[in-house]
Amino acid sequence: MTTEPTSTPIVVVRHLGFAYPDGHEVLHDVSVTIEPGERVAILGPNGAGKTTLVLHLNGINAIQQGTIEVGGLKVDASNLREIRRRVGMVFQNADDQLFMPTVREDVAFGPANLGMSADERNRRVDDALAAVGATHLADRSPHHLSEGEKRRAAIATVLSMDPQILVLDEPTSGFDPAGRRELTELLATIGLAQLIITHDLPFALQVCPRSIILSDGRIVADGPTHELLADTTLLEQHRLELPFGFDPTRIPVGNVAHSDPPPST
Amino acid sequence: MSSGHHHNLFIPGSTVVHRLAPEVKLVAVFAFVIAVAVTPRRSIGSFAVDAAVVVVLFALARLGPRTVLSRLAVVVPFVSFAVLIPFIAGGPETEVLGVSVSTEGLWGTWNILAKAVLGTSASIILTSTTPVAEILKGLSRLRAPAIIVAIMSFMFRYLDLIVDEMRRMRIAMTARAHDPRWLWQAKPIATGAGAMFVRSYERGERVHQAMQSRGFTGTMPRLDTRSASMREWCAAAIAPIVAIISLIAGFALT
Repeated sequence: MTTEPTSTPIVVVRHLGFAYPDGHEVLHDVSVTIEPGERVAILGPNGAGKTTLVLHLNGINAIQQGTIEVGGLKVDASNLREIRRRVGMVFQNADDQLFMPTVREDVAFGPANLGMSADERNRRVDDALAAVGATHLADRSPHHLSEGEKRRAAIATVLSMDPQILVLDEPTSGFDPAGRRELTELLATIGLAQLIITHDLPFALQVCPRSIILSDGRIVADGPTHELLADTTLLEQHRLELPFGFDPTRIPVGNVAHSDPPPST
Repeated sequence: MSSGHHHNLFIPGSTVVHRLAPEVKLVAVFAFVIAVAVTPRRSIGSFAVDAAVVVVLFALARLGPRTVLSRLAVVVPFVSFAVLIPFIAGGPETEVLGVSVSTEGLWGTWNILAKAVLGTSASIILTSTTPVAEILKGLSRLRAPAIIVAIMSFMFRYLDLIVDEMRRMRIAMTARAHDPRWLWQAKPIATGAGAMFVRSYERGERVHQAMQSRGFTGTMPRLDTRSASMREWCAAAIAPIVAIISLIAGFALT
């Protein structure tokens, strides 16, 4: 399953296993390598262990079996601060991610934990907000933002830590089609490696050239998204379904999100 | 304004009162309220000066009488019992509108009423001119324990969400013909409250994970280093100093 790295990979997961104290096995011998700048979707039915897997990448879930390296640094208790800087984790519910009274303070939270000076921190905050087109939201309270604005702000809160990879858990959930399209365009402008958990298969096809299918704690497929989505037997076996009328084979390969800058409205 | 933000008392503006740093406003309000609270009840002159200070500040902050009076209404439940004191207290009596009441009791009512109105007015000035986020910032600049400020900040952040969730739950109950009128119909409300506890607890866990993911290790970082200028401190000191002088003058005259 592991592809041999050509440059230094951003993430190397080797033989990861995880079980709850009651013995219920959630992850079984998971190995994944992600190269710099790569956008990879993690697909799979509910309860497949997708979120459990990504929470290992920054040490929120302690590693029981196997190893993980992020940018060549092994994830263990002694270097969690640096690991968490490198892995920008964007949670499914933006209200969980945005907990400070204003967006600006929230975006400053990570850099402040890294012990940056106020000047450096302010620069990072301004850059991160500009990168997601959310400069005008800086002094707003997260409660008063739309879902799309909240997601932008949530992405800014990890961009300000200068991560090497962005991990997004169900970024399109609760979005209307226009908000989903804007998110697609935004993610295309962010040049970082991205690992995206999603149930939204057309979204995966549009944003991620490569996909991994996780089912019952095991990686059952890892390859080009358009190939995986064209394999109807594979999809059926793992409770994955394309929206009615959607035919991935009729969409030309490489027709992923175009790189328009995000609208600044 | 939708009912989701009813606790937001801030009225945007750019008056001199709005522009003062939050920490100086907090200290000024606290000192003013203390000065009012220790004023002897018979120093009517001192109360008059305090009232004048409050009225000037209302005018400076552009807070109209309607806003002020509607917000002052919060004291009503607290002072309503004070109205009973003249009828209950003993001692020498006076005639008021043909009814004989205790003189000491009347002073007691006056004391509670005057202090409650003046103290509440001071906090109305603070909360109407300072967003909650700024008040929290002010508290942390005044070196209030970081953990307390953090708890208040989380409460402010998630209160609306919890209220929204409760409203949705109530609508879902009503949609299934739940129409509680009697005590024995309270069970769904009790289980609903239990569900809210569990959901809030779970949210707490998720927020904690999000915090850890951004390098949180148990101490909230201090995010701002700005502090109020001497001029701001002096400007904000005027109100409590006037109140303290009138208090001392009141003592000297009696």
